[in-house]
Amino acid sequence: MDFQGRDIISIKDFSKNEINFILNNAEKMVVYAKGKKYLNNLKGHILSSLFFEPSTRTRLSFESSMNRLGGRVIGFADPTATSQKKGESLADTIRMADSYSDAIVIRHPQEGAARLAAEFAEVPVLNAGDGAGRHPTQCLLDLFTIKSEKKKIEGNNIVLLGDLKYGRTVHSLAYALSLYGVHLTFVSPDSLKMPNEVLNECEELGVQPKYTSNLEKSIKNADVLYVTRIQKERFPDAEEYNQVVGAYKVDKNLLKNARKNLVIMHPLPRITEIDPEIDKTSHALYFKQAFNGVPVRMALLSLVLGGKL
Amino acid sequence: MKELKIPLIKNGTVIDHITSGNAIKVLRILSIPQNLSSTVSVAINVKGHLGNKDIVKVENRELDTSEVDKIALIAPKATINIIRNYEVAEKHRVELPSEIIGIVSCSNPTCVSNYNEPVKSRFKVINKDPPQITCYYCEREPEDISERII
Ligand SMILES: Nc1ncnc2c1ncn2[C@@H]1O[C@H](COP(=O)(O)OP(=O)(O)OP(=O)(O)O)[C@@H](O)[C@H]1O
Ligand SMILES: [Mg+2]
Ligand SMILES: [Zn+2]
Repeated sequence: MDFQGRDIISIKDFSKNEINFILNNAEKMVVYAKGKKYLNNLKGHILSSLFFEPSTRTRLSFESSMNRLGGRVIGFADPTATSQKKGESLADTIRMADSYSDAIVIRHPQEGAARLAAEFAEVPVLNAGDGAGRHPTQCLLDLFTIKSEKKKIEGNNIVLLGDLKYGRTVHSLAYALSLYGVHLTFVSPDSLKMPNEVLNECEELGVQPKYTSNLEKSIKNADVLYVTRIQKERFPDAEEYNQVVGAYKVDKNLLKNARKNLVIMHPLPRITEIDPEIDKTSHALYFKQAFNGVPVRMALLSLVLGGKL
Repeated sequence: MKELKIPLIKNGTVIDHITSGNAIKVLRILSIPQNLSSTVSVAINVKGHLGNKDIVKVENRELDTSEVDKIALIAPKATINIIRNYEVAEKHRVELPSEIIGIVSCSNPTCVSNYNEPVKSRFKVINKDPPQITCYYCEREPEDISERII
């Protein structure tokens, strides 16, 4: 499969075969991501890391990935220091980065920004999140995490919990999981339900998601519980917010009836959704999930830059 | 059936089979009445063999492609009849192309296409009748297409 020069904008740009290919290559990258072995396959390559919006995990893991592969990173983490502030168009900023580097990673507050960047860049563009839009590398690392933990993605009972309406990661994740044929259950307060478009996409792929607001029941047979953050801004008043947050808190008590091998994932940062006492249990997978961002992004950078794998 | 009494035109365009009630939107697309140099007649909610329809007849004017594409978005069953010397010289069904560029703006206020970037709005046509489009940039569907026509 030839990925050299390709843009990574949306998970929907990739077939299931291509996704599998990426995940397999990510698997090979784990030893290098841990620093146990060294790879120099991107030596001499420069990555532009353009973060127009704050990010910790995504930015650090992309930059770590490029460094682990022997490449170098230029860019910014704070757009106030750039000429965008002076009103330069994104297109012009991208033209510059395109001429200074061999690949571009972009996080931007406007939906579609990465697609636009790809139009103006000759070099491959990797979308690190565009507003409330897509975040394909998060989706890939989530798939990778489930696959490495459960051996395969197919057939798992997967519960998606929290803000399913606005949450950037859960929409593409629900779609991607449906490619693999899993059993999906959506748990959310009524006001934050999964949008119909996403539901339809799952159904078109042959998956019939179940919907409930009862977390305790849904968790009984779950293999994976994917928790997302519920943002305070989404609620008209503090009381309603507190109620919802209370009802969906993941703690030891909730897990009493859970399967032993239930794993809990979260794109992080978490606020109060997951009780820190869960961290020490075998259920907690979210820190490993965050680490998995490195091998997945190493695989992607190697693939689009034509580095040897 | 009673015939409708609209004076014949010598040269011009008859837009027939417009989704009933949408004639006014067609006029807006054609910048009528701002852009008026000759007679325009409009029939609203006329009985046709496939249910009710609207008709717009414009004298001394032929439409350009972007006008036809815009009409296809709000009246997917419309036909464009070009009248020359009182006769129907050409008849075309409107048909949306697979992609429309620069004729509809995205309804998502935080879509990059609504900012000061050197690009035109761009939509993929996912269904022609009824028209359904998604933004190439943000992948959203405009809630009311007719409100977004540029
Ligand atoms: N010279 C004209 N002036 C004004 N209107 C005209 C003229 N010639 C035709 N029309 C109108 O243009 C439309 C198309 O004319 P046409 O003779 O093709 O009718 P039709 O056979 O019913 O077509 P269709 O099958 O598309 O409904 C009709 O609404 C007709 O009334
Ligand atoms: Mg007729
Ligand atoms: Zn858009």
